[in-house]
Amino acid sequence: MSISNSTIAASGAPATARRSAKAMSRRRRKLQNALIAYSFIAPNFLGFAVFTLGPIVFAFALAFMHWDGSNAITFAGLDNFWRLFEDKAFIAAFWNTIIYTAVSVPATLACALGLAVLLNQKIFGRDFFRTAMFFPYVASLVAVAVVWNMIFNPEMGPVNMILYTLGLDPKDMPGWAADRHWAMVTVILFGVWKSMGYYMVIYLAGLQGINSELYEAADLDGANSWQKFLYVTVPQLAPTTFFVTVMLTIQSFKVFDQIYMITQGGPGTSTLVLVYHIYNEAFISWDLGYSSMIALVLFFLVLAVTVVQFRRQKED
Amino acid sequence: MQIAKRSARSRQIRVKTIAIYLTVIVITAVMLMPFAWMLSASLKLSRDVFVFPIEWIPSEPRWQNYIDIWSKIPLALFIYNTSKLTVMVTSLQLLTSSFAAYAFAKLDFPYKNTLFLGYIATIAMPWQVYMVPQFLLMREFGLNNTHLALICLQAFTAFGVFLMRQFYMSIPTELCEAARIDGMNEYQIWAKIMLPLSKPALSTLTIFTFVTTWNDFLGPMIYLTKTELKTIQIGLRMFISQYSAEYGLIMAASVVALIPVLIVFLSLQRFFVEGVASSGLKG
Repeated sequence: MSISNSTIAASGAPATARRSAKAMSRRRRKLQNALIAYSFIAPNFLGFAVFTLGPIVFAFALAFMHWDGSNAITFAGLDNFWRLFEDKAFIAAFWNTIIYTAVSVPATLACALGLAVLLNQKIFGRDFFRTAMFFPYVASLVAVAVVWNMIFNPEMGPVNMILYTLGLDPKDMPGWAADRHWAMVTVILFGVWKSMGYYMVIYLAGLQGINSELYEAADLDGANSWQKFLYVTVPQLAPTTFFVTVMLTIQSFKVFDQIYMITQGGPGTSTLVLVYHIYNEAFISWDLGYSSMIALVLFFLVLAVTVVQFRRQKED
Repeated sequence: MQIAKRSARSRQIRVKTIAIYLTVIVITAVMLMPFAWMLSASLKLSRDVFVFPIEWIPSEPRWQNYIDIWSKIPLALFIYNTSKLTVMVTSLQLLTSSFAAYAFAKLDFPYKNTLFLGYIATIAMPWQVYMVPQFLLMREFGLNNTHLALICLQAFTAFGVFLMRQFYMSIPTELCEAARIDGMNEYQIWAKIMLPLSKPALSTLTIFTFVTTWNDFLGPMIYLTKTELKTIQIGLRMFISQYSAEYGLIMAASVVALIPVLIVFLSLQRFFVEGVASSGLKG
């Protein structure tokens, strides 16, 4: 637009010259405004481009390379991809990630919803209870994981001691983190305990958005509390539930810290997950190309969930 | 007859109320039990930690644990390192995010939507996907085993820009226009109008960033191998593996590591809860 204006101006009538002077100052103004806007974005964008965008591009390229971090990089083609199918640890990590997600997401969701409904009622000390539920989420993971390990210590921990006083035979007691069959349960219990307060707050916000007339109408129809929960609360919270499910799913695909602190992926490969395998392949084996290929698998898992969310949002 | 019915009804309500309180109290107790146990164990001798039934309040609290930890590990140094990182990351993030967010919310410029889409797209991208290339890049810059590496990787987030922009969008544009007519330039509008108005959003971002940076584990673990650079989280982890049987001391150090987060969380929690709640409403 502005370019055509200036070519007309070059042809020379006095009226258009005045107009072109105006157009030029407008153009200059526009450029100046753009420069000001870019100057606002630049400090964040430069850091973001160098330390986030760059590495993201690099990550995709690296998945098709062989590199140990010190010798020359060589092109690997699909080598790293085919290797995934023969790597027993990767297959275990993949399925463990899926299992972790499939169990911890519904469990956290149910606990968060239950807590939110309970703490949405007008009870004395409500704020205190809400804060208490939320605190595990902000507490440092290393500190709470070490207590968790002690509480669930198979020989001396209070949990098994309580089971013992309840009359359970020491032979039948769960070995928790040290037990192949219980390690995943331990890690999941820890995860649910740590994060449910966060999702409870999201649900509390969702509950506040429900029109109270719906409950009054249900009252007139003679619905009891359970029916009101089932036929008013749950359907009204559907968008919140969907959002929470997506967030939780992405979070659990990325699980690492609690596994590192509690089971170190073991016993055997019973709690090995994708991020743990990425970490091992990169920083223990220095197989950087292969670790990036595993990261790509993680990326596509997260992408799939995000695309589903995006589609769903569009439908609404 | 009617009175009897009414009292039966009120009795029913009372039973329900008691049931609710009982449930809430039991759940809260279970949720807080690990912290209570941590606190209690931090005041015991290691050999008394696992004594059952649990002695919640030690008869002879061993405050010495809280003195000993400072000499067993460089705890003060770890706390200093973590504080330094947290303060720098948080202030840089507040500054650069609110600065960029102003342009995205209130200014017009070419490629605005494309750029913003780029920001949004990376929010969903897990850091774990590109942590390895990022490490290699930092190593190339000679930044591994420096605090600068961790500052660089956490100070410029898409999340901060997004959060601040959402808030600025809710501030009426007329306010900026009026200021422009009064002769303020854009930088003055940002500093004198937007920043003071956005205290709730800044508080939310502060607590999110503070908690994440203070508690960060994988980042410092990858980048910081020298003891004198370590943060409280990996320092604590190192202490646990070195003195695995010193339960009382480990618990005391854990309590110390939790205190700063507890203070920040309790003083800003209203904003945090609002931030979490509003993030859920977008779904």
